[in-house]
Amino acid sequence: MEHIELFFKSIFIDNMVFATFLGMCSYLAVSKKVSTAVGLGAAVIFVLAITVPLNWLLDQYILQPGALSWLGEEYAAYDLSFLSFIMFIATIATMVQLVEIVVEKFSPSLYNSLGIFLPLIAVNCAILGGSLFMQSREIATLGLALNYGVASGIGWFLAILAIAAIREKIRYSNVPPALRGLGITFIITGLMAIGFMSFGGMLTGGDEEAKPATDTEVSEVIMEAIENDETDNKTVVVDDSQSITENLNK
Amino acid sequence: MGKDSKLILDPLTDNNPITIQVLGICSALAITAELEASIVMSISVLFVLGIGNVVISLMRNIIPSKIRIIVQLIVVATLVIIVDLVLKAFAYELSKTLSVFVGLIITNCIIMGRFEAFALGNGPYRSFLDGIGNALGYGVILIIVGFFRELLGSGTLLGIPVLGDPIEKTGLYAIGYENNGFMLLSPMALIVVGIIIWVQRSRNKALIED
Repeated sequence: MEHIELFFKSIFIDNMVFATFLGMCSYLAVSKKVSTAVGLGAAVIFVLAITVPLNWLLDQYILQPGALSWLGEEYAAYDLSFLSFIMFIATIATMVQLVEIVVEKFSPSLYNSLGIFLPLIAVNCAILGGSLFMQSREIATLGLALNYGVASGIGWFLAILAIAAIREKIRYSNVPPALRGLGITFIITGLMAIGFMSFGGMLTGGDEEAKPATDTEVSEVIMEAIENDETDNKTVVVDDSQSITENLNK
Repeated sequence: MGKDSKLILDPLTDNNPITIQVLGICSALAITAELEASIVMSISVLFVLGIGNVVISLMRNIIPSKIRIIVQLIVVATLVIIVDLVLKAFAYELSKTLSVFVGLIITNCIIMGRFEAFALGNGPYRSFLDGIGNALGYGVILIIVGFFRELLGSGTLLGIPVLGDPIEKTGLYAIGYENNGFMLLSPMALIVVGIIIWVQRSRNKALIED
């Protein structure tokens, strides 16, 4: 259950592009055609699935305060977490290079479709962002970290696929000249992000998060009602009588 | 002199890193709900890009081109760790707001983009000017977006209420003005940047894409 929840949450609710704007640069630069977008999206899923669990291990056994205790008692006091940026980015850059070599050796066809995108990915914020969010959200197990990596990759893939498809179609529309290209892409992405916000209530069914909100709303409404008690009552009465007369006329 | 000042002034307008070169968008969008966060982020990028450009430019003749990306990443990561530790020491609350986005300066495309495009081929002084110029161009957009989002979203600037008090109904609120809470949500950053691009390209027709 925990896995399914994290999976859907990472794809839809915490979507990398629409909720946190990670990987925006390549999202905008490579989304002109669906075929290239699919290639880059697949490469992102692939690299996230490798680097997030790897950085989880790194974080758990080397970087966190007290993580070195497996080396012996005297190392338990060390806190290397200030090194996490440099460790994460070094892991990512090395892994990307390694993955490139391995893929080139064993699957030339996959290399041809992913090849040009792999080096780009080392500096894609979505990849480093995945590891940093993994760290700051304190994901508990290696399995969940893998799950988180794959799911955020899929979320990113969906986003770039959708915008590439829209941009292919929008070429036939009459967009104001100054908005053409970058401008309209920004605005469409904004609208898509608003759409994705509606996934927010998906996991909770709108219950858990809605409750405190309604409480405050109710209290506010009551407060306002008390404040405007006298004046409002009169207008309400007037309104009511008007609507009643209207109904009667009908 | 004319050439050098162009290095600083160009990125502010016609060669802006965000609206024209399409670099460094991620952080520009995510942290601009408040003006203060935008300013701090701009200063951090200014520091990292200015110093990083000089360092890379000094090392440009000894970096083997095959491993240059890793070298660049290590330089940026070191500078970003410094920024992160300074923020944690002197502005802890703010560093919580910025959360992972300070770390994400490492992969901010502006930085890698300027290293690749400029610092690897130019001397330290010109690289420094280029770094400062681009970071300022980035900062200008961030501050514009942060200004409008905070003003329209919560009616404050840098945390100080400027439009009156929404609860006591003073100032603008007295005549029925309401804060647009929508501006604080992340999608509006995209739309505000889209509008900035629209305005900029309407004023300078040469920038329009086909």
